[in-house]
Amino acid sequence: MRLRNRIWSWVRAVARRTRMEREMDAELRFHIEAFTEDLVRGGIARQEAVRRARLEFGGIEGAKEECREARGVSFVDSLFQDLRFGLRTLGKTPGFTGVSILTLALGIGANTAVFSVVNSVLLKPLGYPKAEELVALHQVAPGASGLADFENGLLLSPSMYFTYAEQNHAFQSLGVWVPGTASVTGVAEPEQVRMVEVSDGVLQTLSVPPETGRWLSPADQIPGGPERVMLGYGYWQRQFGGDRSAVGRNLTVDSRPREIVGVMPQGFRLVDAEFDVLVPLAFDRGKLILAGFGYQGIARLKSGVTLAEADADLTRMLPMWIDSWSNGPRTDPHVYEAWRITPKIRPLKQEVLGNVSDALWVVMGTIGLVMLIACANVANLMLVKVEARQQELAVRAALGAGRGRIVRALLIESLMLGLMGGTLGAALANGGVRLLLAVSPANLPRLSEISLDAPVFGFTVLLSLLSGLLFGLIPALKYSGSRASLTFRSAGRSMSTSRERHRARSVLAVGQMAMALVLLVSAGLMIRTFQALRRVEPGFTDAARLQVLRISIPDSLVKQPERVTRIQNGIVQNLAAIPGVRSAGFISKMPMEGFDAPWDAIYARDKVYSDGAIPPLRLFKYVSPDFFLTAGTRIVAGRGLTWTEVYGQQPVVMVSENLAREMWGTPSAAIGKQLTEFRSMPWYEVIGVIEDVHENGVQDKSPETVYWPSLMGNLYGPGNKLDAVRTVTFVIRSERAGTEGFLNEVRQAVWSVNANLPLASVRTMQEVYDKSVARTSFTLVMLGIAGAMALVLGIIGVYGVISYSVSQRRREFGIRVALGARPGNVLKMVLRQGVKMALAGVVIGFGGALALTRLMTSLLFGVAARDPATFVAVAALLVLVALLACYLPARRAMSVDPMVALRYE
Amino acid sequence: MDKKQMELLQGTLDMLILKAVSLGPLHGYGVLLRIQQISRDRLEIQQGSLYPALYRLEHQGWIASEWGESENKRKAKYYRLTAAGRRKLQTEAEKWNRMADVIAGILESTPEEV
Repeated sequence: MRLRNRIWSWVRAVARRTRMEREMDAELRFHIEAFTEDLVRGGIARQEAVRRARLEFGGIEGAKEECREARGVSFVDSLFQDLRFGLRTLGKTPGFTGVSILTLALGIGANTAVFSVVNSVLLKPLGYPKAEELVALHQVAPGASGLADFENGLLLSPSMYFTYAEQNHAFQSLGVWVPGTASVTGVAEPEQVRMVEVSDGVLQTLSVPPETGRWLSPADQIPGGPERVMLGYGYWQRQFGGDRSAVGRNLTVDSRPREIVGVMPQGFRLVDAEFDVLVPLAFDRGKLILAGFGYQGIARLKSGVTLAEADADLTRMLPMWIDSWSNGPRTDPHVYEAWRITPKIRPLKQEVLGNVSDALWVVMGTIGLVMLIACANVANLMLVKVEARQQELAVRAALGAGRGRIVRALLIESLMLGLMGGTLGAALANGGVRLLLAVSPANLPRLSEISLDAPVFGFTVLLSLLSGLLFGLIPALKYSGSRASLTFRSAGRSMSTSRERHRARSVLAVGQMAMALVLLVSAGLMIRTFQALRRVEPGFTDAARLQVLRISIPDSLVKQPERVTRIQNGIVQNLAAIPGVRSAGFISKMPMEGFDAPWDAIYARDKVYSDGAIPPLRLFKYVSPDFFLTAGTRIVAGRGLTWTEVYGQQPVVMVSENLAREMWGTPSAAIGKQLTEFRSMPWYEVIGVIEDVHENGVQDKSPETVYWPSLMGNLYGPGNKLDAVRTVTFVIRSERAGTEGFLNEVRQAVWSVNANLPLASVRTMQEVYDKSVARTSFTLVMLGIAGAMALVLGIIGVYGVISYSVSQRRREFGIRVALGARPGNVLKMVLRQGVKMALAGVVIGFGGALALTRLMTSLLFGVAARDPATFVAVAALLVLVALLACYLPARRAMSVDPMVALRYE
Repeated sequence: MDKKQMELLQGTLDMLILKAVSLGPLHGYGVLLRIQQISRDRLEIQQGSLYPALYRLEHQGWIASEWGESENKRKAKYYRLTAAGRRKLQTEAEKWNRMADVIAGILESTPEEV
């Protein structure tokens, strides 16, 4: 009640300022006049009465001011006064103001840019309704070796999906999906498009309504029923110009006409996959087996169900799954019990973000440190400036300004600086975000969602105010308390600055050096990581001259397997005939291509396997002759494949070096050994051992790999029918790789074999490689920028302190020189001061770096978080640069003429 | 003025103003006159400090003001006590009386009582 009254009276007073002033005037005038009248009535002459009344009343203006203060009006008043005064003060020192604003703008801009990424990538919920209920059905299988390094764990098989979807208690809905590609024909040029295949339940789980038309329905999932397709928004715009009548028309996907039933809205992604077409998986329930672990599962939890409860629900269903399905006659479904399949459901957001959050948080942290250094710099400048204003502050204090008022005036100045820096920083951030997008990993999830929105704006304002407060508070508290009399006395003569006054600035400079050390060590570790990555031989050579592209030959286009291989062989020959091409070949999947390849167990003829035990899973790849020659993958022992062997369906196979060593001890021992995938399949003879290839990026260990001919009996599952790998990556070795003219010739070479084949993922191996180290190079670039900013700001800090202290000690130096000190001594004195600060910074920084670099362990490769070389090199760099920063002021100190210095006073 | 006037104890002006307006609405000058009249001119009140006190009390909601006409037909701002002000006056008066009793008791104490 009373509070409301108070606020109301304050608002009234502030809002109706003139009216209140008028009333106050009238009231006081009335008082004095009434008093005068009384005095006159008491027999005093009017003129004397007026004088007496005024006198007795006392200072009218003082009373008014007190009245205003009683209303809280004066606070606002003096605030405006301080604002105006602050602006004037800042305007009077454009150099200081400019440097401060620029420093802050850089810091705030960098922070805002990085925060906008962190905000939209890490903090914002995914763009689905009630996204917190969405989970990825992640599961691991520690008993299935080979799958263990698989980042994706054990994916779901279709039969698992049916069991989970039908028997669960924990989910509102559930489905599986798999990304891939498809060719769309019937338009001008055959086009390879991004396809996602979904089971029923996927769209229901994500619950994003279609832009137009309808979702794929359960009826669309019936095998042999009408074939349907949904479009992605981008593809709809591109191919149909956003025409709503596209719904109902037909689209030929992988040579089969499908009816378009709907379009998903703009920005919709299937978890992290962007797609052009969405196709029903349409599993044939009657033909499903236990295996086929190739599908990502997503689900929407029932409200109130925890991840642990959902895990328990899936665990409960696993025995049902084993009992309900089979891998065919004479197979034992209980082998999967040895796999120890364990559900580990993850929030969908975690699934989308993957391992990028570590890198982003490290970048955010380092950029935050840069902000602190920037603040320390501005605080240092403020200290110098306030020192110069000591006299003014003393006068203000003497005139009755309270300590609070002076602190406030100084803080208002620094807050204004902060806000100005923030405004400029926001503009810089705009450019910064663009820069970030340019250097950020291409596979950074949710990139398209990055924007400068309200939370980011709020962050900028908050950061500006906080930084203003931070660097303003130090000088404000330090000088507001200085005693007026004392200041007056010392302000006249520029005595050598007292140690005490100097300390604050030195402490700030030391802090800056320490933080710069932390950042430089982090950047140094990333550089070492990058070097280590570069040293790893990935399993192919001279990536820039290696052109890759993918071509798929669907069985709706070419039925016969051998025909498929002939077409692929024809393409290889045409490619090799292009001028400037040294050789060409193909493989089912190039390293680092970023999608899954099949894995399975193999059995060696000379080994004994106990019943029921499944040997470790191996990566399976299918290659053409000349592939290893083209890619530059070394053949360690034995030889490669020939076309005669391919067409003759000779049972020959190659294995990776690590697999050969694991099974037979040495690469050469492997040659001539025999192995197979299924007992019902013939034995294949090992003819070659291939160097280890870093399949999932140079950071990951090379998987044990089996290289089969691309045309062979029974690729998957029982039965010994001939099959060919239909989707392969062609590899071309040429000096001209990546050039436009070359690519045109490549296209012609492909289409002269079959004009219906679209070319997909046309890249050089260098691009593939760069993308696979993108996270490291992104972190490296960001830490490099942060480290460089820190170094420059830190050096400016040291330079500022030394330079100022030299100018303050001119007289002292003059006296020293006059008393016989040699210039060399003076130089040493100044340098010693700088080295002391640098060393103190290095020691403190070491402590911080030891603690902080441990957080980035997951980003490092081939270098320890406490790598001594990096630490020592960075420390040496820092001390050296600090010495340089001291050298200029030291030269000035050396050249002080004693006479001038003494006369200076 | 009379040299026998006492200076006001710190913090008591507010209470006196509340008491003065509790007897009926008054303008600022009227408050001054009434306090002097009740105290029989034994208290000295700084006229300059009267108005800030009035503004403060009004800001706190213990008195309210409105413009009215004075005895000699002049426009004047009149202050009256609010309900909150009345409660405030009561507690202040009680506090004051208790304090006065205690102080008086101390001052009247004799060596025998200690």
